[in-house]
Amino acid sequence: MFVLVIGAGRVGSSTARALLQDGHEVSCLDEDPESHARLEVELDGSWEDNGGHFTVGTALEIDALTEAGVERADVFIAATDGDNTNIIISQIAKRRFNVPTVIARVLDPYRAEWYQKQGLHTICPTKVAIEMLTLDVRQAAEKADGNGASPQKAAEPAE
Amino acid sequence: MGDRMYIIIVGAGKVGWNLARELLEKEHEVTVIENNRNRYLTVEQELEHVVQYGDASELWVLERAGIQRADLVIAVTGDDEDNMLICQVAREKYMCERIIARVNNPRNREYFELLGIKPWVSATDLILRLIEHEVPEYGLVHLLDFPEERLEIIEMLLEDNSKVAGRRVGDLQMPEGSLLISVLREGRGFVPGPETVLEAGDEVLAVLDPGSEEDLKEFFAPDGANGAAGRRGS
Repeated sequence: MFVLVIGAGRVGSSTARALLQDGHEVSCLDEDPESHARLEVELDGSWEDNGGHFTVGTALEIDALTEAGVERADVFIAATDGDNTNIIISQIAKRRFNVPTVIARVLDPYRAEWYQKQGLHTICPTKVAIEMLTLDVRQAAEKADGNGASPQKAAEPAE
Repeated sequence: MGDRMYIIIVGAGKVGWNLARELLEKEHEVTVIENNRNRYLTVEQELEHVVQYGDASELWVLERAGIQRADLVIAVTGDDEDNMLICQVAREKYMCERIIARVNNPRNREYFELLGIKPWVSATDLILRLIEHEVPEYGLVHLLDFPEERLEIIEMLLEDNSKVAGRRVGDLQMPEGSLLISVLREGRGFVPGPETVLEAGDEVLAVLDPGSEEDLKEFFAPDGANGAAGRRGS
């Protein structure tokens, strides 16, 4: 498949690299030319030698999107550091360029949830982090309860 | 302005701040949302409780500002994606019927259209229109667009050797999809009748279907020339 990743930050670059290593054709777009280096971390040889594409430009520029290959993309991943940018460009990829699979990384759980309901596929790492943190603490609490020791709760009334 | 409205303005830059001031003067109820702390503190010294601190693309911030009862949401931040998202959420999630969005980069206009965010206002476009208005060499000035109704109103100056100068309006075969609605002559405007004779130096207003600008320009152009400039109106 041809995968277009917008934003070569930590998430974008690692995702792009993993998909490239899976054998997909991967193109990455970022406004910062320096972000290219991040794509090559732990890679043998250059990003291009491994078959990757890299375009410098902002996600709303039609020319940049076209150069990066949006018109033939099977998958569009919006992973810039801006939630609103990701939400808007995902809708553009869907509606204007008819990309079959569009995924937006959205950090704000509320925006992610609402847009998911509107039919936009959103991934919310914050939500996953919140769930994991809460789960860990709850498990720790259960373990403490199980040992018969919940001293603070039992012994100390409100100060 | 008639009824008192509840208006939420997002972005307390020059545009947002001045809008708030004007709207408050017109006795509307206004809330301004600003996400830059320093800017918020500056504006708050004048507008006090009217301005709230927060990122209006976070839903709870909009809700705290009372978006559920807003009659109008105006997004005038310096970021087009933010303006698009805020207007989209205001209309589609909170059912706010009236929105106004600011376009910072005119190249993004088509995205506002694509996402159904209108009306939008672009300072760059407004100034371009003014330039067209002030510089008659361009030939044709867009006065008003009604994209919904697929109509626009344009203004043209009849040059000295215009093909239609000296002719009766009743004899003119106007291009299809256009209609002459007014003539401005020596600072006065009037509605032309069939007997009106057009003169060089007249400014004519016409209503037309979008896309027939070039036909109309050619129609009013000087004899033998193809308009003063081959430039399209929009």
